[in-house]
Amino acid sequence: MAELIQILVSGLAAGSIYALAAVGFTLLWQASQTINFAQGEFVMLPAFFVLVGVHFLGLPLWPAIFFGLLLSLLILGVAFKRLIVEPMLPHGTLPLVIATIALGLLLKESVKEFYGATAQPFPAIFPQTVYNVMGASVSLQDICNLAVSMLAIGGLQLFLSRTRTGRCMQASAQNPAVAEILGVNVKRMVLYTFLINAALATIASVLISPIYLAKFSNGETLGLVAFIAAIVGGFNQIRGALVGGLLIGVIDNLSAVYISAEYRAAMPLLLLIAIILLRPQGLLGTKEGRSV
Amino acid sequence: MKHLKLLLLSLAIGALVVAPIGQGNYIIYTLCSWLLFSISAMGLNLTLGYAGQVSLAQAGFMGIGAYITALMTLAGIHWIVAAGVSISTCFAVGLLLGYPALRVQHHFLAFVTLAFNTLLFLVLRNEEEITGGSFGLVGMPRPSFFGISTNSNLAFYYFSLACFLTAVAVMWWILRSPWGRSFKALRENPIRAESLGLKIRRQTLLAFAIGSAFGGLAGAMQAPLVQFIEPGSFALVHSLKILLMVVVGGSGYFYGPMLGAAVVILLPEVLRFTEGYYLIIYSALVIVLMVFSPNGLIGAGQKIWTKFRPKHEERRDMQKGFQL
Amino acid sequence: MNAPILSVRNISKQFGGIRAVNNVSFDVRKGEILGLIGPNGSGKSTLFNCILGQLKPTEGHCEINGKSTDGVRPADLSLMGVGRTFQQLSVFPKMSVLDNVILAGQEHEGTMLSRLFGKSDAGLTDKAKQLIEFFRLTPYLDTEAGSLSYGQQKLVDAAMAFMAGPGIVLLDEPAGGVNLTMLAHLKDRLMTYNRDHGTTFVVIEHNMEFVMSLCTRIIVLAQGEIIAEGSPDEIRSNQMVIDAYLGG
Repeated sequence: MAELIQILVSGLAAGSIYALAAVGFTLLWQASQTINFAQGEFVMLPAFFVLVGVHFLGLPLWPAIFFGLLLSLLILGVAFKRLIVEPMLPHGTLPLVIATIALGLLLKESVKEFYGATAQPFPAIFPQTVYNVMGASVSLQDICNLAVSMLAIGGLQLFLSRTRTGRCMQASAQNPAVAEILGVNVKRMVLYTFLINAALATIASVLISPIYLAKFSNGETLGLVAFIAAIVGGFNQIRGALVGGLLIGVIDNLSAVYISAEYRAAMPLLLLIAIILLRPQGLLGTKEGRSV
Repeated sequence: MKHLKLLLLSLAIGALVVAPIGQGNYIIYTLCSWLLFSISAMGLNLTLGYAGQVSLAQAGFMGIGAYITALMTLAGIHWIVAAGVSISTCFAVGLLLGYPALRVQHHFLAFVTLAFNTLLFLVLRNEEEITGGSFGLVGMPRPSFFGISTNSNLAFYYFSLACFLTAVAVMWWILRSPWGRSFKALRENPIRAESLGLKIRRQTLLAFAIGSAFGGLAGAMQAPLVQFIEPGSFALVHSLKILLMVVVGGSGYFYGPMLGAAVVILLPEVLRFTEGYYLIIYSALVIVLMVFSPNGLIGAGQKIWTKFRPKHEERRDMQKGFQL
Repeated sequence: MNAPILSVRNISKQFGGIRAVNNVSFDVRKGEILGLIGPNGSGKSTLFNCILGQLKPTEGHCEINGKSTDGVRPADLSLMGVGRTFQQLSVFPKMSVLDNVILAGQEHEGTMLSRLFGKSDAGLTDKAKQLIEFFRLTPYLDTEAGSLSYGQQKLVDAAMAFMAGPGIVLLDEPAGGVNLTMLAHLKDRLMTYNRDHGTTFVVIEHNMEFVMSLCTRIIVLAQGEIIAEGSPDEIRSNQMVIDAYLGG
């Protein structure tokens, strides 16, 4: 029982971070039909921005995080949209898929060349105290990570449904042509989406790096997990990506303990295949009508 | 025009025949791997460039082919049998994988193949008793035909060339048959194609399975070429590499995959002086290429060609005053 | 009296609370050119999509030569002898005109395997060339269909619909966006084809003049129901139709 609680808490904590990446992934897909194969690298990179701020600019941790956020917004948000996605949208999905694959490689190799190939320790934001709850050791870090991710996603959900800008963004994603007619600046709304994705990636990066250390190759697993979470939950829903992320986190931790360490990585994949076979619209997704 | 094409074709084959003569082992080895990756990329081009579906498991199919061939030839079975089994297994796995994935729209084949390739890697690494785990399999014999051994690198090159030309001929046959027309129609306008009686799901599935079978052949050639296979050679990143070959060369063009394979295999050599920056430069180049010419190098070439060619092809309806 | 080639039986289609088509039934007899007209929002496109299996009707069904088309996919409908054209341009833009038209016929010949391993498709090529000549498109045989003018692409679309020798062809707004000279040519071709091959047409159209001069019989829909049916002359003088158009 104690072990189970422990697994559940750390699974949910990890899963909530996956969910951040998955939500961003889903948003990009909705707003601009971009399947971002570099999403994992998007989560890997901001940690290094922060490290640059700490080690090279001599900034304290929080200003460094702010610095990392700014750089992420600029590079992973604005530049990514302006330089890569925008010119390629008229060509259809495929060239963009290829370009994001190449972008992932570019980011990964750049970090490896310019910062280093070894895993870098990353300063912890939350105290690493461990509490004993009913015989299970639960770390404060996990609880805080879970809370921060949930707040971020909840806040985003509120922003999208309650504010004018948020509703304009949703309208642009659902039917850009009509939104344009109604006077929504669709291009700006798409840009907001890219900025939000960059911000979510930064939060995820800052939360996960103290646990797994910052390493150039972190994006490989993270990207795959975000991807699976988005599809399992339902590709067209933020709630879906959240549930998908949490589910993958828990399953991953459960299978590491109860199934086999060797096939731990296979469980999310099997879940993905099962979902595609049995419920292709995802757990919470709605069926998209057959196109006429 | 037809004579010119034949002439060019025979020149190209002639060049392929003389290419390795007098070259060192390393160059011959590189040429062999270009040939086999061309076959694999050609298969993926059928899935991607003609039927319009993204497969991210082409390296996985090569892996299936390579492991089957390795295990069978190590057990003393002739390569030709092993290759046949490899190709048919890949075809069957392609059908099994593609059937459910293609029931639903969007890019589900991409997701399913991505998961499949990763799973396959885990199985190859973990089932040590059969696959040798991360140590892989070594010492696969090179085949001999009618008493002629392909042990020397030059002989193995000609063996690879024969496989390559066979694969090219088969692909050409498929594409010039009504199937080729169906594949193009699928890519351009699936709804219209369906209204004309084309069973789009079945046709797409076959494109994917045939494309996968080409991957199986490439794997069957890789086992005796490298004589050492391990799971890492067939990981997802290699599927992405083959995908890049197709797209960089020009997806949907017959010669695109061969050009793309050459670029992806040779570029590391050309960019060797840049040392660690090779992959950075390479990926940046791919992004630039995709932004400016989504149809790859062949597409870019065509663009430049039409730009500099005098415009003799005016709208014929204007010329003739054929009022419609 | 010949049997109906297409029977529409009590078709209704509901979208949420809106009944777009309400209990519509009619027969189409072999060889006739039936016009399906109505003001915007009268449900004619919905009905059309129900007949073609693109939408599933809430109630009722259609029969082609007495066989129900319930649950039949578009590809199989084509193999049952139903041809169609599309409202938007629907050619394969990067393929030659000849390949476009051959493609339209090839799935109706032989089996999947014979299409891969079989001999040349000379029969299809000849047939396609004849059709292309029929539509006066021979100068564009090897031109990429996408580079033709709008009107010419509509002709290619029609040629494709005829290629498999269908018993009935459903034309979705064939006159839309086509200039007058071209329209006369299209109408002439359709009428000639109908006379020579006895092919049945069902035409959805906004252009009144085109429908009135092309069709042998017209059905008028308004608010999802048939309000009038008859020869072009009868429809022209029908007060309910005039009201529906003016009021709608």
